[in-house]
Order: sequence, then C-alpha cells, then structure tokens
Amino acid sequence: MNYIPHTELEKKEMLKTIGVESVDDLFKHIPAELRPKSFNIPEGKSEFEVMEHLKILSRKNATNLTDFVGGGFYDHYIPAAVDALAGRAEFYTAYTPYQPECSQGWLQAIYEYQTVICELTGLDVSNASLYDGGTALYEAAMMAVRLSGRKKIIVDSGVSLIYRTMLYAYTSNLSIEFVETPVVHGQACREDIYKHLDDKTAAVIVQNPNFFGAVDDFSDIVERVHKCGALAIASVYPVSLGMLKSPGEMGIDIATGEGQSLGIPLSFGGPYLGFIAVKKEHMRQLPGRIVGATVDKDNKRGFVLTLQAREQHIRRERATSNICSNEALCALRALIYTCLLGKSGFYELARLNYQKAEFAKVTLDKVTGVKVKRSAPTFNEFTVCLPKNADEVVCSLIDKGFACGFPLGRFYKGLDNYLLVAVTEKRTKEEIVQFANSLEAVLCS
Amino acid sequence: MQLIFEKSRPGRKGFALPEIDVPIAPGLTEKYCRKQAAPLPEVSELDVVRHFSNLSRLNFSVDTNFYPLGSCTMKYNPKFTEKACALEGFSDLHPLLPQLLGGGMLAQGSLEVLYNTERLLSEITGMHAFTTQPLAGAHGELTGVMLIAAYHKNNGERRKHIIIPDSSHGTNPASAAIAGYNVVVIPTDKDGFLDMTAYKKALSRETAAVMLTCPDTLGFFNPKIKEIADLAHGAGALMYYDGANLNAILGKCRPGDIGFDVIHLNLHKTFATPHGGGGPGAGPVGVCEKLADFLPISRVIRRSDGTFALDYHKHKSIGYIAPFYGNFGVILKAYAYILCLGRAGLIEASENAVLSANYCLSRLKDYYAPAYGKRCMHECVLSAASQLEQGVHALDISKYLIDKGFHPPTIYFPLIVKEAMMIEPTETESKETLDAFIDCLIEAALLSKSNPEALHSAPLSMPVKRLDETKAAREPNLRWQQK
Repeated sequence: MNYIPHTELEKKEMLKTIGVESVDDLFKHIPAELRPKSFNIPEGKSEFEVMEHLKILSRKNATNLTDFVGGGFYDHYIPAAVDALAGRAEFYTAYTPYQPECSQGWLQAIYEYQTVICELTGLDVSNASLYDGGTALYEAAMMAVRLSGRKKIIVDSGVSLIYRTMLYAYTSNLSIEFVETPVVHGQACREDIYKHLDDKTAAVIVQNPNFFGAVDDFSDIVERVHKCGALAIASVYPVSLGMLKSPGEMGIDIATGEGQSLGIPLSFGGPYLGFIAVKKEHMRQLPGRIVGATVDKDNKRGFVLTLQAREQHIRRERATSNICSNEALCALRALIYTCLLGKSGFYELARLNYQKAEFAKVTLDKVTGVKVKRSAPTFNEFTVCLPKNADEVVCSLIDKGFACGFPLGRFYKGLDNYLLVAVTEKRTKEEIVQFANSLEAVLCS
Repeated sequence: MQLIFEKSRPGRKGFALPEIDVPIAPGLTEKYCRKQAAPLPEVSELDVVRHFSNLSRLNFSVDTNFYPLGSCTMKYNPKFTEKACALEGFSDLHPLLPQLLGGGMLAQGSLEVLYNTERLLSEITGMHAFTTQPLAGAHGELTGVMLIAAYHKNNGERRKHIIIPDSSHGTNPASAAIAGYNVVVIPTDKDGFLDMTAYKKALSRETAAVMLTCPDTLGFFNPKIKEIADLAHGAGALMYYDGANLNAILGKCRPGDIGFDVIHLNLHKTFATPHGGGGPGAGPVGVCEKLADFLPISRVIRRSDGTFALDYHKHKSIGYIAPFYGNFGVILKAYAYILCLGRAGLIEASENAVLSANYCLSRLKDYYAPAYGKRCMHECVLSAASQLEQGVHALDISKYLIDKGFHPPTIYFPLIVKEAMMIEPTETESKETLDAFIDCLIEAALLSKSNPEALHSAPLSMPVKRLDETKAAREPNLRWQQK
C-alpha cells in the first residue's frame, strides 16, 4: 500500500505538462555513480498484515505486571476523554501554527497550556513545551548561563541521574563547570551547596521531590542563591504540585519538569513532554515557541506565535536554542488532563497518591528485614532498604507479577540493597498488601 | 472563542477519582505544602469535550485541507499506525523495565521494533548504524554535531567551525552554535548551488564538518555533491546530511553512498508520522562505521540467541541525549509505514512527490518566477517578486489561499529568495487537488494586478482576520489571568 492517488493516465498528463517522457527523466541529473549500491527493503504489505505483525510484537511485552516503578515516569490513569480529544485529526495532522488565521485552535490550546503550567508552577511565563524533562533542564541551565554570564553550575545529586547525565553530555564542549553536592538525610545538603556557591555560580539545580522521593522546601537555598546573583532552577514532578509548595512560592527562577504524568502514556519512553516556566524578567531568554494573545483588525481577540526574535529561523546561530518544533500534542494532552481534573480534582489526585504511598510505607515496613527510609517526608515515592541485593529481589518479584520498584544501585554506588518504590492512585490497598506479602515470601526463601 | 478558564464555574467537576481505600495518614507539614490549590478550571467533562472539539475545528490540518508547507512534507498519515501505537503492549510499557535485572525479556517486542527500525533506516540511507533516540529533527542535528565533536576529540583534534550554506534551515547554524562551534556561512552561486570558490576557501583543518541538505532547500539536487564531500574529507572534515528532504530521493540515491558521515531523518516528514500541531516528531541519527562507537547510549543489540537487549557499555559514547530510547510511539508509526510501503512503495513515494512538485512548478512558472529557473525535486520555490511590484507580498497571497481553504506554502524561506513561496505537494495529494490549488495561485497572481486590495484584506472567512503581531511582541500576554 503506498497511499498514492495518481492513476497512470493522470501521471501521463502531468508528465506531458512538465514536458518530459517519464518519471525517470526527473531524476536524470543524479549522477549514475551516486545511484544506490543497494536498497534491500522487504516488499510492501497490506495494513492487515502489518497490524498482525505488530500485535504479535506487542504481546512480547509484559502488560500484566502490577507497577510500582517510578523514577520520574509514572503509571497514572488517563481519562478516556484525553485520548478522544487529542485523537482528533484536526489537531494531530496539523503542524506548527505559522499561519495564525487557520490555526486558532492550536494557538488557543497552547495559550491555555502555558496558563496551566504557570498556575501549577506558580511562575509567570511558560513556553509552548519542550521535548522532555531532561532537555528542559538542559535548556534551563543554558538560560542561567546566558542570563548570569557565568559558567559554574551546582547540581544537587538528588536530581535524577538520567537528567544529570544528559546535562553533562550536552555541555561537554562548552567549558561549563559542574559541581555535584551530596544528599544528606534524604535532602539537598545546604552546607555543601553554600560552600561552593560564589560569584562565579550561574545556577543551583535541585529537584522536588528528589530522585529518592524526598520532599523539600528550597526557600532557604533560593535566598542564598539570589544573594550571590545566581539563579535557582528546580525540576519538579507536576502531579506533586497539586499539593506541594510550588517553585514560585519558593522563589525559584526557572522550573522545569517531565509532563508525562499529565495524561501521557508511558509508551516505553516517549513521546513525553518537557515543560519550562520562568519569572517574567527572564522570558526573552526562553527557548522554543511561545504563544501570545493579541487582536485582529476588528479588535477581536486572537493568538499568534510571538517573541520570535529569540528563535532559530530568525536568529540562526545567535538563537537562544536550536528548538524548532515542540511537543504540542503532548502539551494538549496535559492541558485536557488538567482541565478534566480541575482545581479540586488535581488536589485530590495529589492527596490520593500521597495517602497510598504512606500506606505502602507502613505496610512494607512490617515486612521482616525491610526498612523504609524516613529521614525526610515523601510524596508518592520512597526508598526502602532490603536485607539483600535489590536487583535480585526485583527479579524474583517479576515472576510473582510485580514490577516492584527501581533498584537504586543501578544509579548510585553503595546503594545495592536499596529500592525506590512508587505508588500512584492506580494501586489498590489489596495490591499494596499483596506486594508486601510477596516481598516477605521472596525474602524468606 | 472563550478560554476554558472563562468557562469555569466554582464547584463544577469533570472527573471522579476512586475513593481512598487506605487508612488516612497525617498530611505533610505546612512548610512543604502550597498555600492554595492551583486555580485550574472547574468544568464538566462535556464542557471539556465541547471546548476542545470546537477548538480543533478552527485548525487547518492534513485530514481537512491541502497543506503544501514546504520543507515539512505534510503527507497523509495512515490511520492504522495510530491504532498500532495504542496497543496496550506498546502504550503501557514502562521504559525502566528493561533496565531491571531480568526485565529485558519483558520488553522484547518494543526492543525488536527499535532494532528493526534502525536496520531499515540504515539500509534506506546507506548508513552503517542508527540511533532512534533523538526526539526531533533539530535534536537529531544537535546529536549529530555532538558526534562530530566527539570524533575529532578522539583524534586529538579540536576543530573550530562548521560550514553551512546560506540557504540552510535555521536549525543548522543554531545546532552547530549551541554545541560550541563557530559557523562559516557559504553563499549560493548564480545557479542556486553552493558557491564552490567560497567553499574551497573556507575549508581548512579547522573545519569540523560541512552541513548540507540534499536536495537542498531550493529543491535542487546538487550534481557536485560528491566533489563537495571529497573535498571535505580531504581536509579531515565530516559531512553532515540534514534529512529534511529525504522524501525526494528514496531508492534514487543514498546519503551513505554519496559520502555523508552523519545524517538525521525526520520521521514525521518522510515516514508519515503525524506532525501533532508541532510535535512530537522524531529525529533518528545515522552514522558511518567510524562514528558508530560514539552513538548515544543505550544501544539496542541482538544477541546470538535472537533476543534483544540494551547495551550501556560504550565508553566512547557521547552519553545520554534522551531519557530513554527516543519517541517510541513515533518510531513505531514510522516502522509500520515502512513495512506497509515496502521497497517499491518507498521508491514510488519519492517518484510521485517529485512528479507532483514539478507539475506545480510547470503550471505556475509563467505566473511566479521559479527560483534560479530550474526544474525541482520534491518541492519548488517560487518568488512573488513580480507581484511585489503591485504591492502584493507573498504573505498576502498566503492569506488569500487560506480563504480558499488551502494551507499556504512555506513563505519567506529560504531567506535568499525574495518573497519566497516554497511548495511541497507530497505524493499523497491527487491531481485535482493540485489543480485547484494551482488555479487559486494563478487567480491570486491575476488579482495582484487587477485588484490587489482583495489580497490585502484576506482572509475574510476565518475565525479571525489578520492579527496584530507587533502588539503581541511589544505587550506580551502569554497567559490568562483572573481579572
């Protein structure tokens, strides 16, 4: 199947209009020595055959595990209306709204998305979205470097190792100095951050909740950071913002995060949604698309892409970022999701996650030899210490139908017996109890 | 249309969560909590459904309108790929699963999709290896430039600049610059090709790479491409291929055979995944053999027993450029599309894309001057310079097209063509659609002489008339706020 409508007769007519004999004539100028050495692709198949092949592949993935794995990516319920509305082809087969008059639907949706991100983060300005939480954090770090004119960045090791690794990869040729500070008693170590904080520091990067699940209030850090003329950047988990102190309330300058938890399927790592929100004074250094409200000739409200003088198609090598597209469809899903939950529902969702996790903490603590780390408060994810290697425990529990958590030893040296457990609103009391029972059984055997 | 926030009514709800089934624990201390709930809209499910259904109807889209946006390859997106993506085995899979001990066997289906896609893309482009990780075309460019930097560094060299033609996409110089390179811009010669004299002069042992689009953004295939590549290689520089225009050459020539060392593809262009209103896309990167060790981790490998696994032990790798394995959902759709079209289908796609673009060019060339007066590949660049003499801009013509139900071409790009209109019809549009669009453009050319005001006042049939972009930039209003 090739989806080409031209009939043989139409092709002949078109060739005649062009004034050539055959389609080959249109490729004549490609030198013979540049023709493909091979093009060994299987012959085409019908839609039915390809679907059957894909169904077989999809069944080779595990879908029947009860999921307690988080690590920044969470198994939340997605209301059917999100799929139905984001599945409208008038949204998903359009492109970047370059022509505003025939793209008002998209432009208004992005304006509404920007508003939601500002409300959740407590900050003034959001862009139209970025690729994911990691690239968003990198863009935030680069903003801080441009705004401060400095090149040293302090990163709390409670920031996801995935994101820290991305940050270092992107900046490896830019002579930016990174200092990692330790996590003490579950939270960012103030003493170490202050020790390194100086007039060369562009930014301090923290995460809430941090990778170990601990909740923090960074207001004190932010105050010290600002005294040094540096910027405070926080990567945050949006569902937790239903309940937790917002970056804006802490005085944070740039908030970023992974929006997957807002109505976007886990889908093996993407597509996801990076969000970024900043204080108003920093908006002209934002990367990517931004939508603004304006009026038309008749003074009627309308929306356009704006502040484009920052962008690559105008500024080229002097642009604030190389970003061209965003993750509009994922941003739309996040918008629809937050609208459905609404003001009280979004708080309730956060509360439900918190309560289920607190119950799981109490329940797992009763398992022989298991100790839940309680040095800092948590939201919906927490760390447990097991009496044996967490990798092996995870492996044994997979056989019992549980993806029971993420073994921290994979990312942190010396934490081989530690397991990171996430509990979303989808986990029932019964599942949590069964998880604890299975863990007991595995540890006893 | 009202904003969703303006439809909010205190106390209205759009979704019910399950009741709490666990004993209530004490809440967090106040210090960690927000003072007030985020002021999200309070609306019913129907409010939300009607709001977004009606918003969607304010857009032009491929499914509702001809969308010949040049350089974007707005071809038809087959519906079954959406269905494939929604299969639970794919959509519900946690990306950390294969990183657990014994977890790799739980993700064999998805790992196989990634592995097979990398092999297919390698064969289509003649490259040695691919990574599916980059999340968009521009992200692929950045990844590619990082690979180039790692390669030179490994050779003990720190080269300073990247050569880019003035006709390039803006993302090329931006990607080179943010990866730490200076940009040397080469002009276009009188025939519309890279100026060889300037190119030879710029090329040196300081050149890290030459970034080219092929066919280029003017829609031309440069017959000297091999010579350009040989010269770059002679200076120890690498050749970078911007794959935005791959839809022109499937099965006709391969970047790898020409001598390109690093390439990115836009799966949302050539491989028919939906553009999503501006993403998500996917920008896989292919490399020649000598660059394979530098590819981002993890790598998907096939073991001798036929199973698939992730390999993190690549000490020369540039590291993580994405949190996981790329935009899996997008990659899956492209994989399904390639399997569906197959060898012959892919070749036919390019042949018909080129046929359609040349047909548009031939019928329009008497009304709008073709850039550099040549035949094109999969897209044609026309100039509205003669219309400008009547005071009519490419922008005015675009707005007239909107009134007639056509999405305008890309305008004012490439920057080197005055009043540029870049038309990419793609292979999936019928002749009658092309004819109607062409007739409309001819009508606009005639109106520019007889009644330019008709063009200046367009569009009249849309939900809004022309918008005040200056006001938007001078008085930024970037979010709704409660009055």
